[in-house]
Amino acid sequence: MKILVCISSVPDTTAKINFTADGKEFDKNGVQFVINPHDEFSLTRAVELQEKQGATVTILTVGDANVEPVMRKALAIGANDGIRVDADARDDFFVASQIAKVAKDGGYDIVLTGKESIDYNGGAVPGLVAGLLDYGFVNGCIGLDVDGSVAKVVREIDGGKEKASVNLPAVIAGQKGLVDETALRIPNMRGIMQARTKQITVVAAEQTETKIAVVGYEKPASRGNVTLVDKDNVAELVRLLHEEAKAI
Amino acid sequence: MAIFVFAESHNGQYKKAALEAVSYAKSVADLAGDTVTALAFNVTDSSDVLYQQGATKVVKVDNATLNNFDASAYAKAISELVSGADTVILPSTNDSSSVAPLLALKLNASLVTNVEKAPSSVSPFTVERKAFSGKGIETVAVEGAKVVTVLQNAYGVKNNAVSGSEESASVSVSDADVKVKVESVEQASSGKLDLKEAEIVVSAGRGLKGPENWGMIEELADVLGAATASSKPVADIGWRPHAEHVGQTGKAIAPNLYIAVGISGAIQHLAGVNGSKTIVVINNDPEAPFFKAADYGIVGDAFEVVPKLTAEIKKLKGLA
Repeated sequence: MKILVCISSVPDTTAKINFTADGKEFDKNGVQFVINPHDEFSLTRAVELQEKQGATVTILTVGDANVEPVMRKALAIGANDGIRVDADARDDFFVASQIAKVAKDGGYDIVLTGKESIDYNGGAVPGLVAGLLDYGFVNGCIGLDVDGSVAKVVREIDGGKEKASVNLPAVIAGQKGLVDETALRIPNMRGIMQARTKQITVVAAEQTETKIAVVGYEKPASRGNVTLVDKDNVAELVRLLHEEAKAI
Repeated sequence: MAIFVFAESHNGQYKKAALEAVSYAKSVADLAGDTVTALAFNVTDSSDVLYQQGATKVVKVDNATLNNFDASAYAKAISELVSGADTVILPSTNDSSSVAPLLALKLNASLVTNVEKAPSSVSPFTVERKAFSGKGIETVAVEGAKVVTVLQNAYGVKNNAVSGSEESASVSVSDADVKVKVESVEQASSGKLDLKEAEIVVSAGRGLKGPENWGMIEELADVLGAATASSKPVADIGWRPHAEHVGQTGKAIAPNLYIAVGISGAIQHLAGVNGSKTIVVINNDPEAPFFKAADYGIVGDAFEVVPKLTAEIKKLKGLA
């Protein structure tokens, strides 16, 4: 079983988000980059399948050389090797096209991703990859078992869960629940040492169009200061919520 | 050519997210000088509710294969009904979010996900969407055919009543088109308000000290007609079901009112709730970071404040 795990390098959750003066780009200065949190669940599941069923796990990131430290972390968690598509991760369609080419050329049985990245919140890449390859697509996956050429999945649906099966090859977008929070792998010393010599193959990007033009970024309006209400005057809070906020 | 919108339904009834999507489609149609055509699969609800949101035409398809959700089959069905369309709108629900990318590729269209507001123009389609987990707003511009998904609780259900009509259509979708075969569905107890649809959410965390103390949270939620949610730590240790966890790796919600009790307000939690219109924080710790992200707050013991809040709201609603 060959598994391709797509890893997005994203700003750490606690990073202060700023944009360049012209508002056209995210300002990376001083920002710590990490593995996208949703991807961590997919990566751990892949490593479990590697340990239990002998799968090989290749991680894939679209980005310039600056993303390699994040890729090394993923290798330290247990992936066998990595592929970096040397390009700016521009719009969703561009990134999906790169992933689709690598997935097809490499004959991967499962393309695992996170359901969305915490920076651009597109949630579009996994489905676009599936569509480009005409593979089955399971979004919001919270359970994955593989039996031969069939994946048994659990999908989170509005108000519940759904059990389903899909023929491989397939694209699976994972999230919390795909593995238990407590089962998430973190790099240990041995893993980090081994990751240093694991192979990251750099490939050129496919020329494809980008379909969406970014006009600009801004920060949302601040909420302003909190209106504190005395704990002995709860009626005042209710009045404010009713009359001022018109929320109840 | 109309603005098309997929009016997602569940068990034959339109979801609230579908009504929001139709409202959104109407705003696009108004800008474009166009009309709205809604698409419905296996629906028993009356179309009146869609005319109320601005749809002049409702195209109804009854198809056995579409009774179970499959992103590929749904994308194929919708593509057959909208060929040549310039704009197709879908709600950003779990199901429709899976359909949108597949549909965009079938239509050779661009895909714009998670939009929060009506576009400022339609040519090019220029619109704001959520970014950086709510810490940023991205404005994008798209030319040509597009598929757009609308965040739940972001645009709202408006009243744009028009007179409309229904028509039936069929699609060539059969079980051979299904790639992900559903084996069983486990639905949360019916009657429980869906967290992503709820207009009011009452949420609690570690400050409640133990799962046995949630009664007052559920009572407050009852009185407000609200859904309940929780922070990550209490979901992880099993005090509350995982489905209630809101935050970066949980659900992202945007209710009109979010009341957080005994939650400190870690950034990961805020990432899931910063879309809320009004945020109220009740916490014993005046230094709790959540107060910096709140509209209203009470520094106090939740066990004293919450019952008082419930009592005052009952008074307001004449239920006391």
